[in-house]
Amino acid sequence: MGSAQDNTCQSEVILEVRDLHIEFHDHDKPETAVEDFDLTLHKGEILGLVGESGSGKSLSALAIAGLLNRHSLTKSGQILFDGCDLLTCERSRLRSYQGDEISIIFQEPMTSLDPLQRIGRQMEEALRIHHKEMSKDERRKLALQTMAEVGLAEPEKVYRMYPHELSGGMIQRVMIGAGIIGQPQILIADEPTTALDVTIQAQIIALLRKINEERGMAILFISHDLSLVRQLCHRVIVMQRGHIVETGDTEEVFLHPREAYTKALIDAIPKVDLSEFAGTSDAEASHVR
Amino acid sequence: MRYILKKIASTLITLLVVSVVLFMSFQLISGDPATRMLGTSATPERLEALRAELGLDKPLIIQYLSWLQAFVRGDLGTSYVYKQSVAGLLATKVPVTLWLAGISFVLMCALALPAGVYTAKHAGSPTDRVLMVANQVIMAIPPFFSGILISWLFGMVLRLFSPGGFVSYERSFWGFVGYLVFPAIAIALPRAAQVAKLLRGSILEEAGKNYTRTAYSRGNTTSGVLYGHVLKNAFLPVLTFLGMSLANMLAGSLVVERVFGIPGISTTLLSSIGNRDYPVVLAIVMWIAVVIIVINLIVDILYRVLDPRIAEEG
Repeated sequence: MGSAQDNTCQSEVILEVRDLHIEFHDHDKPETAVEDFDLTLHKGEILGLVGESGSGKSLSALAIAGLLNRHSLTKSGQILFDGCDLLTCERSRLRSYQGDEISIIFQEPMTSLDPLQRIGRQMEEALRIHHKEMSKDERRKLALQTMAEVGLAEPEKVYRMYPHELSGGMIQRVMIGAGIIGQPQILIADEPTTALDVTIQAQIIALLRKINEERGMAILFISHDLSLVRQLCHRVIVMQRGHIVETGDTEEVFLHPREAYTKALIDAIPKVDLSEFAGTSDAEASHVR
Repeated sequence: MRYILKKIASTLITLLVVSVVLFMSFQLISGDPATRMLGTSATPERLEALRAELGLDKPLIIQYLSWLQAFVRGDLGTSYVYKQSVAGLLATKVPVTLWLAGISFVLMCALALPAGVYTAKHAGSPTDRVLMVANQVIMAIPPFFSGILISWLFGMVLRLFSPGGFVSYERSFWGFVGYLVFPAIAIALPRAAQVAKLLRGSILEEAGKNYTRTAYSRGNTTSGVLYGHVLKNAFLPVLTFLGMSLANMLAGSLVVERVFGIPGISTTLLSSIGNRDYPVVLAIVMWIAVVIIVINLIVDILYRVLDPRIAEEG
């Protein structure tokens, strides 16, 4: 495996979530979705957030990305990034981070892109918003370069295509490329492989690891799949029903889980070593390059 | 390009089929023109001679083809009642309907598109609620009533035009346009209300889709998301309705032409049906068919241009 690094804890903290509460007001009685949620993300680290559906992991991720703005919902606590609280700062400040310092990719790649816009235009969107000083050619050049980096063969061709002409795996690569094009500090990956089949899944995991290693980008990886988390993440946070159950270095948590819930989750992993797939896909990905 | 040619070809075939059906049905309902022209007391020999002269003794298919040939060349036959060419008769009516439809359509879009975008952007706000109620009311008012209201308000109270005092475009073009604005309001209002409601709903639906969330995650403002992504997607379902509306407007609006005393094709169609002036009726019905089919063609081509997903099927 060898992906877990022990020295990450000493490096700089880039994101800190303190005491996050998220409450829904859809019904007569308010429903608490996330409670007492704390998280620390270090520079260059891959942090896993695991739990079954409804555990509040995706909500927490959306809150960090600044995408929870429903009226029927209250949030409290602090999300500290770059010396400012993302929950309370002005919208314009939050927007200046979105897509430029904090990017996010989603579970459903097929519906995550605008169906009427060419891939190239969508790849460059964050640059158009945050880097107005770049010329059209510079943006295009960087987009093509990033598309090659995320393993899209024939970037020139894909650049002119529309989302419906691509497969789910290719679109997820486009989403990752569009997310990292502005060299953000944090990439949030919200169940990025759940809608993809297993081989594609392994390729995307390998790609995320490569981006982490080559660009030093911190990744918050949300998944219900513990075996993926074990392959990819340095540290892990286990959530259940809106609460954090356990947190620690990935191997430590896997080898010596302290909580019964974590044990149960680990026992539920099918006994197949997915790293074999990851190995072949690494080779494939470099083949495409 | 190939797609457009294919579409045009299939449109021409549709038009041909429509013309056959219309020609045949008018053969059936209009009876024998020779009898009508000579009266029932004419001798069989004279009837026979006139039939031969008019080509009515030839097989139906030959009659159809010669009618079609003349029709395409602009010879629409002779009015039974006015004894003048149908083409000449309609030459003064069609421009009136065209202008009325054009002004109505522009008014409809100018009212509906901003209203739809605004109410969607501020959905749930007091302004949105007021506008949506107003919308429902406008939709519920039949054009003859809104026509009377508009005549009364703009004509009698504000004296912006004189109801019933239609100005022909030969006399004064701007007087003609100025007169048509008011009936155009009556035509445009209920449709504008429908378009605004449709667009609002469509924008709100698109705003809930995943790509909107992606757009926000890239740092877009609400306006950036709306105008950069949502609006174009939301406009697609509205386009069909806009096309249908334009086709309806071009086909003429009988009630409004009547209320405002406008000599357009609907008024002519109604009086010709009353007079059993079949050549005129046939020409106007053909006009309506052509308008609807051609607008459908244009809408199809626009969809093809706007939505890359449709290109697959071409």
